[in-house]
Amino acid sequence: MRHQRSRVLGLISFTAAAALVLAACGGDSGGEQSADGTIELTISTFGEFGYDDLYAEYERLHPNIKITPHTTGQGGPYHEALFTKLGAGSGLDDVTAVEEGHMSDVLAKSSRFNDLAEIGPAGVTPDRWLDWKYEAGRDKDGKLIGYGTDIGPLAMCYRKDLFEAAGLPSDPEGVKKLFESWDSYFAAGDQFVKGSGGVAWFDSASQIFNAMQNQLPTGYFDRQDNLVVESNPGIKKNWDQVTAAVERGQSAGLVAFSNEWNSGFKGSSFATKTCPSWMLGVIEEQAGPEHSGQWAVSGVFPGGGGNWGGSYLTVPTQSEHPKEAAELAAWLTEPEQQIKAFKAKGAFPSQVEALESPEMAEATNDYFGGVRDGELFVEQAHKVGSAQYKGPGDGKIQENAASPALQAVEQGRSPEEGWQQLVNGAQQIAR
Amino acid sequence: MSTTVSATTGSPAGEHPAGEPPPARKATWRDRLGRWDVKYSPYLYVAPFFVIFGVVGLFPLLYTAYVSLFDWELIDDNPSFIGFGNYVLLMSDPQFWKVLTNTFSIFLLSAIPQVIMAVLLAALLNTRLRLPTGWRIGILMPYVASLVALGIIFANLFGPNFGLVNGIFELLGLDRVDWQANRFASHVAIAIMVNWRWTGYNALIVLAAMQAIPRELHEAAVVDGAGPVRRFFSVTLPLLRPTLIFVVVTATIGGLQIFTEPKLFDAMPGSNNGGSTNQFQTVTLFMYQSAFEREDLGYASAIAWVLFVIIILVALINFMLTRRIASTGEGRR
Repeated sequence: MRHQRSRVLGLISFTAAAALVLAACGGDSGGEQSADGTIELTISTFGEFGYDDLYAEYERLHPNIKITPHTTGQGGPYHEALFTKLGAGSGLDDVTAVEEGHMSDVLAKSSRFNDLAEIGPAGVTPDRWLDWKYEAGRDKDGKLIGYGTDIGPLAMCYRKDLFEAAGLPSDPEGVKKLFESWDSYFAAGDQFVKGSGGVAWFDSASQIFNAMQNQLPTGYFDRQDNLVVESNPGIKKNWDQVTAAVERGQSAGLVAFSNEWNSGFKGSSFATKTCPSWMLGVIEEQAGPEHSGQWAVSGVFPGGGGNWGGSYLTVPTQSEHPKEAAELAAWLTEPEQQIKAFKAKGAFPSQVEALESPEMAEATNDYFGGVRDGELFVEQAHKVGSAQYKGPGDGKIQENAASPALQAVEQGRSPEEGWQQLVNGAQQIAR
Repeated sequence: MSTTVSATTGSPAGEHPAGEPPPARKATWRDRLGRWDVKYSPYLYVAPFFVIFGVVGLFPLLYTAYVSLFDWELIDDNPSFIGFGNYVLLMSDPQFWKVLTNTFSIFLLSAIPQVIMAVLLAALLNTRLRLPTGWRIGILMPYVASLVALGIIFANLFGPNFGLVNGIFELLGLDRVDWQANRFASHVAIAIMVNWRWTGYNALIVLAAMQAIPRELHEAAVVDGAGPVRRFFSVTLPLLRPTLIFVVVTATIGGLQIFTEPKLFDAMPGSNNGGSTNQFQTVTLFMYQSAFEREDLGYASAIAWVLFVIIILVALINFMLTRRIASTGEGRR
């Protein structure tokens, strides 16, 4: 008898447990607004945005808001998850940060994001940001999908001691001539490699090619979103120039951000590096104190200027509190807040007013010989021309077709084969 | 089970012969409950497995087959039906054939040495060692270590410019090997990673089977004058057959699904390319790339199904091969 009862009991408890599990699974949806009227806003960022202290400040200013931040370390997996959740139709945070390189894919799906010009606070006007930054946050129809946060204006970093050893000028005035144009840059590379005793001119071909590619008026697509890799002569010209330099031994062949690349800074494997504002910190960390004072940064960048990196804050239509989310995003991207983020984590502001602030003008960098890097990069930010039009998949072609193809050339493929690989890869991504 | 229950339902066995219902008494609620218990509860107890398998195993499998018939993007409101279009495209995709070759190359380079080494290791561990538990735990250690940590460490060791392996090669006066660029070298490096992790695990399974072999058989063989080698091939190996089949089949399934190792081996952080020219991309990595990087879910589903069929075929072939190899060895099967 007891036997049987315990069995029935077991059955009941199993059913109860199953019901509990099911209830727990289903209990997460909705209900973000609690009884006392507090609204919970979620925000997801990756890497270092410098917002940690700002959340608490915002909660103080808005007692009815509770912010739950989610931070992912690496940008790659972060954006992969972002697009998966976008496809699934749920799981995205109220405020979702998007990196510039992935912005073209977000803009292609702009129907899944709120128009911030419509739902955002009225006080936010386009003149808050640099022109090109603001424009790159809008889709084809002019919908504003993202508020700009930070940027990565490009400069050129170089090793003074290696330049001197190879017989090149190393003072700021002297290097201006070398970095005037891409032609002079590669010519200087030839001269350097001759006298350097095995040290390469630049770290990786894709780092140079991407900077050149971003200076073209349109990317891998034209404004009608046709793939133009083969028909745009500018792309092929850049390709030929870079791969020729690789064949003349100018590249160290180190894949950017790989362990080998990190070791390359310590081991002095290359003499120049395309240098967005945030790269200074990377160099300092990787090259270490023993190379302090040997690196310098020049405000003359071949082909004018450029931008690499920086992000936007978007409000997906999945958000249950779009208005409040847009308000938070608008506040975070105010010049005052971005200056605080700059001070906290070095995120370079994209707001005109922030760039003019004394905090930027006063900033210096001891590792790079006490250079006034704030002032230098503000100038670089103003040199960036109009925003390049990037069709859907542009960032992916750069990352997953162009970069591997260039790596293949560095590993010994012929430039023609490499070019074919780029074309095939781009077609596959565009398909 | 039924005997236990009938003993506890409370009816004295002598009163009613088996199979005959109690004549006058109407079946009470309790009786009926008891009968249902006997009849249905076994099914209920096994049901959770099948329900969970159905939800997380069978349904995704079938749904993947369904998705593979569509041109289905990751973010797609209206996927269009294209029949077997994805499969046709896949069969003519040079990248697919390249990654399939890679997968088999890595699989052979890992599975064959792995099983042989596992059996030899088990044979060694089966001899009289001091601290047998210590040795056994020792060979299991690589399996306990995190796969990701392992991948990162091995990718570092095999770095072309600053890696330890090339450093040692240089010390020994050998040529440096570009473990990333050279297709075969990259396969070897990845296979080493796989073997490092799985050999010990398989050795322990084989060891358990070895210890289950009755000592009398060995003793009888010794009396018959068989040396240790002869005993290994004529007594141990044939009796390991079921275990070897298990080891080979799991090694096949795992080997054809290698993903983490090539993904982490790539110098480009987070890349799914498997090298600059896909020289060490595997089928699962290609599938992942198609789904989450190129966002072509239909195509990725087609890859998944083709891989599924390939694994079943290879597992069957291995099953038959293993039966042959590990059979009694004198033509008797």
